[in-house]
Amino acid sequence: MRIQLKIWRQENARAQGRMVDYELADINPEMSFLEMLDVLNEQLIQRGDMPVEFDHDCREGICGQCGLFINGRAHGPQAATTTCQLHMRHFRDGDTIYVEPFRSRAFPVIKDLRIDRSAFDRIIQAGGYISTRTGDAPEANALPIGHKVAEAAFDAAACIGCGACVATCKNASAALFTGAKVSHLAMLPQGRPEAAERARKMVQQMEDEGFGHCTNTGACEVECPQEISIRHIARMNFEYNRAGVLRK
Amino acid sequence: MKLDAKIPEGPLQEKWSRYKATCRLVSPNNKKKLDIIVVGTGLAGSSAAASLAEMGYRVKTFCFQDSPRRAHSVAAQGGVNASKNYQNDGDSAFRMFYDTLKGGDFRAREANVYRLAECSANLIDQAVAQGVPFAREYGGYLANRSFGGVQVSRTFYARGQTGQQLLLGAYSALSRQVAEGNVQLFARHEMLDLVVIDGKARGIIARNLDTGEIERHAAHTVVLATGGYGKIYYLSTLAMGCNGSAIWRAHKKGAGFAAASWTQIHPTCLPQSGAYQSKLTLMSESLRNDGRIWVPKKAGDDRPPGEIPEEERDYYLERRYPAFGNLAPRDIASRAAKERIDAGFGVGPQRNAVYLDFAHAIEEYGIDTIRERYGNLFRMYEKITGHNAYKRPMMISPAAHFSMGGLWVDYELMTTIPGLFAIGECNFSDHGANRLGANSLLQACVDGYFILPYTIGSYLAGELGTGKISPEAPEFDAAEQAVRDQLARLLSIQGSRTATDYHKELGALLYDKCGVLRTREGLQQAIDDIRALRADFWQNLKVPGSAAQVNSELEKAGRVADYLELAEVMCYDALTREESCGAHFREEYQTAEGEAQRRDGEFQFVSVWGYTGPEEEPELHREGLVFQTIQPSVRSYK
Repeated sequence: MRIQLKIWRQENARAQGRMVDYELADINPEMSFLEMLDVLNEQLIQRGDMPVEFDHDCREGICGQCGLFINGRAHGPQAATTTCQLHMRHFRDGDTIYVEPFRSRAFPVIKDLRIDRSAFDRIIQAGGYISTRTGDAPEANALPIGHKVAEAAFDAAACIGCGACVATCKNASAALFTGAKVSHLAMLPQGRPEAAERARKMVQQMEDEGFGHCTNTGACEVECPQEISIRHIARMNFEYNRAGVLRK
Repeated sequence: MKLDAKIPEGPLQEKWSRYKATCRLVSPNNKKKLDIIVVGTGLAGSSAAASLAEMGYRVKTFCFQDSPRRAHSVAAQGGVNASKNYQNDGDSAFRMFYDTLKGGDFRAREANVYRLAECSANLIDQAVAQGVPFAREYGGYLANRSFGGVQVSRTFYARGQTGQQLLLGAYSALSRQVAEGNVQLFARHEMLDLVVIDGKARGIIARNLDTGEIERHAAHTVVLATGGYGKIYYLSTLAMGCNGSAIWRAHKKGAGFAAASWTQIHPTCLPQSGAYQSKLTLMSESLRNDGRIWVPKKAGDDRPPGEIPEEERDYYLERRYPAFGNLAPRDIASRAAKERIDAGFGVGPQRNAVYLDFAHAIEEYGIDTIRERYGNLFRMYEKITGHNAYKRPMMISPAAHFSMGGLWVDYELMTTIPGLFAIGECNFSDHGANRLGANSLLQACVDGYFILPYTIGSYLAGELGTGKISPEAPEFDAAEQAVRDQLARLLSIQGSRTATDYHKELGALLYDKCGVLRTREGLQQAIDDIRALRADFWQNLKVPGSAAQVNSELEKAGRVADYLELAEVMCYDALTREESCGAHFREEYQTAEGEAQRRDGEFQFVSVWGYTGPEEEPELHREGLVFQTIQPSVRSYK
């Protein structure tokens, strides 16, 4: 395959970025998208240029470190697929592909396609945990949890923290990311005692980080590689309101 | 090098309780005066950092990823073992101990392995308390499945994402401690050297990967939790950034490196499809609960799998190992697959794969049950290959996966450098010459949550009079200068080959000569080839840019430089072990049926390698293995 690339290059956080054109011949359709970028980078190094910096690690769709905006879509054209699991067979010979970083005020660009998502860590630090400590756990089977509840909690817990929800949201809201964690823990009996206060603190942190508000367009769940439902945002809102009532 | 395993006295079942009851403690007031560095934030690192911070120590934690949640524990799929005996199938700590010791081909310490089994049940309690959504039965109780090398169901799982869920549990505990100010988190930082003062580990030199700055961090003790080095083979199931640099650099500062060549080749991975390939994705061993492995009976049979009738298929694992069948341990399953592939029975476009077939299971349990058990794995398979495994068998192939070898540690998980601990996959402790499936998540968690918090206290109790460690000490100056010099040297070569190019060549060489099958001649040749490749690397490497900026090529070059040294020790390790055991299979030492031939008389020890200097042969030390509770037997799964 022959591919034209238009890639966002930006020297550092303060520099002005721009789209730069590249061309690749002999791309094998069985390659992953990131392997295609590997090929580009090997060529750039041989030419004496700096390679394109991009985030990636596990390359099997679970670490959440990769994330590119490809032809205007977070993680590219395939549903329920991270950038690292996107393969070139989904493009056509001669295609022009636009590659940009995930954009949001809360995700500053570090270099090229590499961004800073530490805001997500701080949202979790604000309350995305059950306050238990090593050694104080009771026998695991002492508290039965219904099969369906456990499965529903898993659906929310499956979030990989990639930020596609933020990148695709017109408000750059982190409501799906935050809602998934609030919901995962609120559904489990171990997480109930802190459910409302957790939601209040995490939502506050989300606002402090500069993420926008949710207006329920549902764009996030369309792009989420783990197919996390916006029902979890509703559950976050419920717990948030409950926190308001409980505080009065 | 003195190798004192410090195994407590007393009967096997009482050793750990006795240790806990008698080890030295640090009082709550004193804990806050003690600094601990934890490198790595996977299951071992996160669980250790969180637990130590909860106890009151001052903790700094480091990871090269952009968030602790991305460490490669996240990718473990199938499950975590614990001897809860919820299935009433005869499980116990002793049975789990025996399975693990046998699985490792009797090349691990009895006391360590028993402790692992003993602590396993607590881990499940801990994870459930954190909100880990393990699979449950309709009555609400925890569900189990089976993994290779055992005849009970003791594996707990969260669909095919058990590692992710356990890691997020540890990450949440860590995040809570970060919020409380007890842990300082340094993401996108890579440890480039260990600082040793007066013979004790006292800090690290790290590089901030976002700015290129070189930083000094001092502490009373350093814990390495940096994972495995299977990425040395380039094509592996590991993440792109996984590396052996932290443990290798600690080795060069005096830490013994044990069983370097014991690397697990996992039997169920996606086969290589081209030279551009950057990794081989693992398909969970849990699939072997319901999937049947086969190849055509006729070499080079080109018919689609569905058109090959039952009687013309060779279910070779069921044929060779009727007692365990498709759930034979990984080393055995990988060797059996390689044997069939090398004999010309491989399938797929490159003839480098075998079938993993779910047709029988779908017929027996229905497609919905199979979808619920493995849905995400089937989906992943389709994303990568474009094929639907509900309709045609998966094609799988062996790939480099887990390092049983690593820094030698004693019963307290301390290396041969006082004050330097190694936990999780980066140490050599519990798995012997082959790790059983679902035991790696377990070991990482047990080391971090339950063992290190006791043993580190025993060491730190002796450090109360030391006072704050200064990062201005001359040892820090020297270590920082050495790091700066190495970065400058890598950048100054400006040759013609990239770090990835060298890594691919090294990986292919090592897989061929020090992979599933090994020979004396092959290993001797490999040592010469690695030396030549390393010399070429330092003459002809090309790294663009500078050290004072984001530069992922410079990061890669440093890791490949270390791999080029570690690879040689792996070959010496394999060469000097003139027996076959677990994942180490020397073709000269096999039974008439082609099974591994252990030589207990000569090799019932762990090889521990000492660093002797650049371009010098490593020095072999031995830790003899003493079996008091069980007698090593021929490891049979027939």
